[in-house]
Amino acid sequence: MQTLEPIVAELPLFKGLKPEHIKLISGCASNARYDAGTFVGREGHPADKFWVLREGRMALQIHAPGRGPLTILTLGENDAVGWSWLVPPYQLRFDIHVVQTTRALVFDGKCLRGKFANDPELGYEMMQRFSSMILRRLDAMSLQLLDLYGDHHADHE
Amino acid sequence: MATIMPTTSDIPQASEDGTTAAGRRVPAEGGCGATAAADPMKPAPFRVMGNRTQTHDSFTLTLEPLEPNATLSFAPGQFNMLYVPGAGEAAVSMSGCAGTVRQIEHTVRAVGRVSKLLQRCRRGDVVGVRGPFGVPWPVPLAEGRDVVIMAGGIGLAPLRPALCHLLEHRQRFGRVSLLFGARSPRDILFAREIETWRGRFDVDVEVTVDRGDESWRGLVGVVTTLIPRAHFDPAHTVAFICGPEVMMHFSVRDLERRGVPHARCWVSMERNMKCGVGFCGHCQFGPTFVCKDGPVFRYDRVATLLGIREV
Amino acid sequence: MHETAIEKGRDATIERDQLDRLFELLRERGYTVVGPVVRDGAVTWDELSGAADLPAGWTDEQEAGRYGLRHSDSPALFDWTVGPMSAKRYLHPGLVTLWRARRNGNALELLDGDPPPPKLAFFGLRACELAAIAVQDRVLLGGAVVDPVYRARREGALLIAVQCGRAGRTCFCASMETGPAVRPGHDLALTEVLESGRHGFVAEPGSERGAELLAALGARAASAGEAQAAQAAVARAAGGMGRTLETAGLPALLAKSHEHPRWDEVATRCFACGNCTSVCPTCFCVTVEDPTDLATGITRRARRWDSCFSIDFSYIHGGAVRTSIRSRYRQWLTHKLGAWHDQFGTSGCVGCGRCITWCPAGIDITEEAGALRERKRKKEGTRANA
Repeated sequence: MQTLEPIVAELPLFKGLKPEHIKLISGCASNARYDAGTFVGREGHPADKFWVLREGRMALQIHAPGRGPLTILTLGENDAVGWSWLVPPYQLRFDIHVVQTTRALVFDGKCLRGKFANDPELGYEMMQRFSSMILRRLDAMSLQLLDLYGDHHADHE
Repeated sequence: MATIMPTTSDIPQASEDGTTAAGRRVPAEGGCGATAAADPMKPAPFRVMGNRTQTHDSFTLTLEPLEPNATLSFAPGQFNMLYVPGAGEAAVSMSGCAGTVRQIEHTVRAVGRVSKLLQRCRRGDVVGVRGPFGVPWPVPLAEGRDVVIMAGGIGLAPLRPALCHLLEHRQRFGRVSLLFGARSPRDILFAREIETWRGRFDVDVEVTVDRGDESWRGLVGVVTTLIPRAHFDPAHTVAFICGPEVMMHFSVRDLERRGVPHARCWVSMERNMKCGVGFCGHCQFGPTFVCKDGPVFRYDRVATLLGIREV
Repeated sequence: MHETAIEKGRDATIERDQLDRLFELLRERGYTVVGPVVRDGAVTWDELSGAADLPAGWTDEQEAGRYGLRHSDSPALFDWTVGPMSAKRYLHPGLVTLWRARRNGNALELLDGDPPPPKLAFFGLRACELAAIAVQDRVLLGGAVVDPVYRARREGALLIAVQCGRAGRTCFCASMETGPAVRPGHDLALTEVLESGRHGFVAEPGSERGAELLAALGARAASAGEAQAAQAAVARAAGGMGRTLETAGLPALLAKSHEHPRWDEVATRCFACGNCTSVCPTCFCVTVEDPTDLATGITRRARRWDSCFSIDFSYIHGGAVRTSIRSRYRQWLTHKLGAWHDQFGTSGCVGCGRCITWCPAGIDITEEAGALRERKRKKEGTRANA
């Protein structure tokens, strides 16, 4: 089986890490392919994976009774999906719906947590990188919340 | 053919360094009915040829001058002051393909008193038009480069003429991307056209909504999320961005993160306008008049102003 | 009988009792004469029928937020500085009908607006007012698009200035380099001279029209004593300025002072009443309205003065851009003393002091501009870019 190290090393999330760290992380990674219409996670279920999408689309959704699945955010090529595995209680907050057939690198969260615990230097570096991504995601979702294009209080011209 | 509006050669064009010749050009006089050029405060009568609903709160008016054979010359990004007789005026960008035309289109969001009255206009009604005013999108500067057109909500309307020009002269430009964010699926402007554009092989079209609905299968997320995956070479890209100020600000920021500098980003500002020609003073934005120094500005020239609250 | 000043290339003297003849000559040349009169406790502008309408014996006392007139037996006609109104009232009127319109079936018929204005001769403009006219010329005539309303009134206007013989306590034209000596732009510049029982006006022509008037009047050459007295009067004004405004580097300073704490401070005093913009001779902002006459169905496009202090001024869908008084005062001052330079190549302020006098809170533009030069240091640390 071909090693995933070169692929992992090129991902923005891991770019620049020391080769031994890339090796460690790659040890927790594998390739995956998901059919459209499937769910890779459900709200409340244990969170023990995260994905970096190579191709395709996933959607973070909440199921509202009577309304069906409501999409909060869609994620595509190069996006990282799933952070609930980082912190206790390691539980998914949303459904993760595969909207289009998706190829991804899937990382075993428990495996990674173990590696980070054993190598605090790697752990801290990765926490910083994850935080940075989370911040950007938060920024974008904040803008989404602002309803910028909406109708604001009325008018006179 | 009588020309009742300033000719193309009189339209202020932005130059490479971001300054414009607006304010130093003399509009052409000539042709019968040159009232608009001689007195910019007098509207020319136009007939409503059509009023097409776009979304639940926006519509496109097609207008034609009452004067037979009269034409208009305008460039993408310019606007007119539309007058509803007896009611008042609103500044609205032209949303149709630019050039010297007999009919003009304005896509309007019905949010104010005058825009709501415009929404009630029917074929045959007469409105007044003053214009065209303003500095247009610097389409010539984009030649030989990749172009990113980023639109938020109704901001797609003033960008549509720019996109039209790019597609009509496709070979002059590099990769062309349209990144469009709407509030929700039912707020997607020019939906049919977007599908047509998407059907072409020479333009990348990405549409996202802030909130989906039960049947939406497309992207959900703010328009800036489209930037990382868009296909353009930052070193050779010009971006035209139009939408709410907050959206433009963050879009430019994220474009910069990908390597497109502020000096190659152009935004379209909006301010209260009563005259459109720099006399009423209402549209002042720092030392600029949005009506004649804009509405299109090179971002680096307004970046500081955009960071000051209530300026 | 006496040699005319023109022939001698010297200033002329117009006797006090020649003024009525001067007005007559102006009327013969098709002008309506407007000048200073006293009404409602202030020196204001109105049509003059004769020299008797002029403010003989009146003196003004101005301070921040205060204006008062005193009367005496003095025959002096111009012993006051400026009143609340300026030539702006005529050249850039407060209410104009630009055009009228009538719906004709499905057509829109445009009709005329206000009738053409009369040709005006301004008698009694101060140096600051002349400077203000020059500023408005640049704003309304100097760009690619010209304001036809202003042009119609400005083109024919004849400008007769009267030099100030003293400065008021809110005057600072010397700081703005607009006075007290009248700068070129006048047709005639007069200086009132009262001495040894004689009452006249040393008159300097500033244009051919001015020279022609002096010749038609038969004005005699000014004597050396009169010329000296005239110069002394202007010098007196120059030396008696009530205020100063340091202009060096001001536009650049204002451009980076948007977060200066002074704005918060002045905002506690300013009512945003807009008096300052109303009396300011260079403020040009206007708005348009479209009232319809219910009886005739004729709608008119009315243009009237507006003020950046008004809360609606910067309204766009969703709300006003400048909601706080702080931001509106900042806009006014930054524009007047800073951005005006970027837009029109000069300051927007001519140092007339009207905004100081007529502000109900007594806010003083010279004091505010000075305060903005101070860098405030807070106890907690220094404020960057204060």
